[in-house]
Amino acid sequence: MEKVKTAASEGTVSAGTPAEVTVLAKKKKLGKTGIFFRECGKHYSLILMCIPAIIFFIAFSYAPLPGIYVAFVKYNYASGIFGSDFIGLDNFKFLFESGQMWKLTRNTILYNFAFLVLDNVVAMFMAILINEITNRIFKKITQTIMLLPYFISAVLVGLLVYNVLNYDYGFLNSVLRSLGLSRWAPYSNPKAWPPLIILVQLWQCTGYNTIVYFAAIMGIDSETIEAARIDGVNAFQRIWYIELPLLKPTLVILMLFAMGGIVKGNFGLFYNIIGTNALLYPTTDILETYVYRATMQDFNFSTASAIGFYQSVIGFVIVMICNAVIKKIEPEYSLF
Amino acid sequence: MSQKTTSDFFVERFAMIVVIIFSLLCVLPFLLIVGTSFSSEDIVRVKGFSLFPRGATLEAYRMIFKGGTNILGSYVVTISMTLVGTLVGLGIISMTGYALNRHDFPLRNIISFFIYFASLFSAGLAPYYLLMTQGYGLKDNYLAILLPLMMSPWLIILMKNFVKSVPYELTEAGKIDGAGDFSIFIRLILPMLKPALATIGLFLALGYWNEWYQSSLFLSERVTYKPLQYMLYQIINQLSYLKNSVAGAFVTFDNFPEETLKMATACVATGPIILVYPFVQKYFISGITVGAVKG
Repeated sequence: MEKVKTAASEGTVSAGTPAEVTVLAKKKKLGKTGIFFRECGKHYSLILMCIPAIIFFIAFSYAPLPGIYVAFVKYNYASGIFGSDFIGLDNFKFLFESGQMWKLTRNTILYNFAFLVLDNVVAMFMAILINEITNRIFKKITQTIMLLPYFISAVLVGLLVYNVLNYDYGFLNSVLRSLGLSRWAPYSNPKAWPPLIILVQLWQCTGYNTIVYFAAIMGIDSETIEAARIDGVNAFQRIWYIELPLLKPTLVILMLFAMGGIVKGNFGLFYNIIGTNALLYPTTDILETYVYRATMQDFNFSTASAIGFYQSVIGFVIVMICNAVIKKIEPEYSLF
Repeated sequence: MSQKTTSDFFVERFAMIVVIIFSLLCVLPFLLIVGTSFSSEDIVRVKGFSLFPRGATLEAYRMIFKGGTNILGSYVVTISMTLVGTLVGLGIISMTGYALNRHDFPLRNIISFFIYFASLFSAGLAPYYLLMTQGYGLKDNYLAILLPLMMSPWLIILMKNFVKSVPYELTEAGKIDGAGDFSIFIRLILPMLKPALATIGLFLALGYWNEWYQSSLFLSERVTYKPLQYMLYQIINQLSYLKNSVAGAFVTFDNFPEETLKMATACVATGPIILVYPFVQKYFISGITVGAVKG
């Protein structure tokens, strides 16, 4: 019975018992769309299963899309998005001419690029090291500990950073003081933050990324490594010539996924560390923090939306370009 | 097993040292918070934050629980949101993941694309905010936090990958016995998906427990019971909020334990999720593995 069903839905005709043949003939008459709807009707329960998710994505992902129009109007609270005056690209013009767009884009892309490269390099390094450790209990305990930072909220990360770096009570400054050195005041020094934020991000995500790479290493055929050992390969050669090359696909896929988000940011991290400390904006303001302030503090929906639109377009273009480049070099790694 | 070479031995020692150092870096900041939360404010003001409690006292905790921070209300809000959101989210995600894996479901590619496409484009914060507040009228409504965190394209894709590993014969066997799709799903498939449910459930629960962002968008001062992390956010960032809501009548502003109270609130707000994690870790790690390395 099952066989007949699949054969019929694929539209192929195969001989069978007389009863099956008449079923097939009936389906033929329905035509392709007819069969399609009939199959859908037969699986109404599967459709029902998907309906909550479909409603969800319509309500929270697709329904806001028409609102992008607010980027092209002079938003007026009383008349709503579609009643406000259309001003074309003026919102964008303002952002570009004020130099904001350039600063925000530069900060966002540089931070994300640093995250992208360092996250992956450090995680690969840690995963390879953990793989060298033979003591299982040691491995389990350290993995648990390394994942700890991944489980806390951005708010708590902000507090931890404050704990360590605060000028008056910070841990770092207590240590510096007890060593007889002068104290350090990063919260009034914008130049200090790019490396600090990158370190904090690494601190939080390395454990998680390490597990991803560790899983990839576990997937490597152990016979290859055994064979290499028999040939007298030492640990460095084994890591360099066997493990690293085999991690390349994972690296490429993770990088590709991350590329789409390169103009988005880890908003929670930046906002909870920097907050509204305007002194640090030159080096720490990213597109998302600016959008958040424009929306929630200034209620400047048009400007905020213009940046949001700009982010989406740039992000989409970057994904397309990366995918095209990868497709040229190594077709099997491309996303689509 | 072949013999270990000297280089293997050297690399392993090196690996252990690096891993130990990194693990220490991971826990130390937590100790700093816990240590400070039990310290006396006076000593903190002189000597700064410390890893170990100095002048051990429970003052900060007493104040949190007695001083009208609404912390118990916050707990109720966060816990109920975490439970409801995680359970409903898991139900919907697993149902969808299962349906999208049925080879005989003709709509599966269309729906998959529909969900995947949602992750490619987003309207941005401003249109989203306007829709939620003016379109759906969810200002000051807990639903504004509960609903948006319930699923994401990434979690559905992760679930789909899990369901793939459940043999299709199970579904066929169910069909032959005359079971409907729903009872096949609930009675045969769900029990096979325990690791997936644990992993994705943990992701969802983390999302709800650590939630502060949607709250900061949609909950105003009119809402008395804020989710835990948002309350922590306010205590850290708005000193006036802290003093007004906590100090009440029973301390003067001079000896107000500002710093230790922040740390104690952080412990109280974070604790439970970190305590839950070790129990689901086994599933969680295998879950990341399935999701990330499918290639």
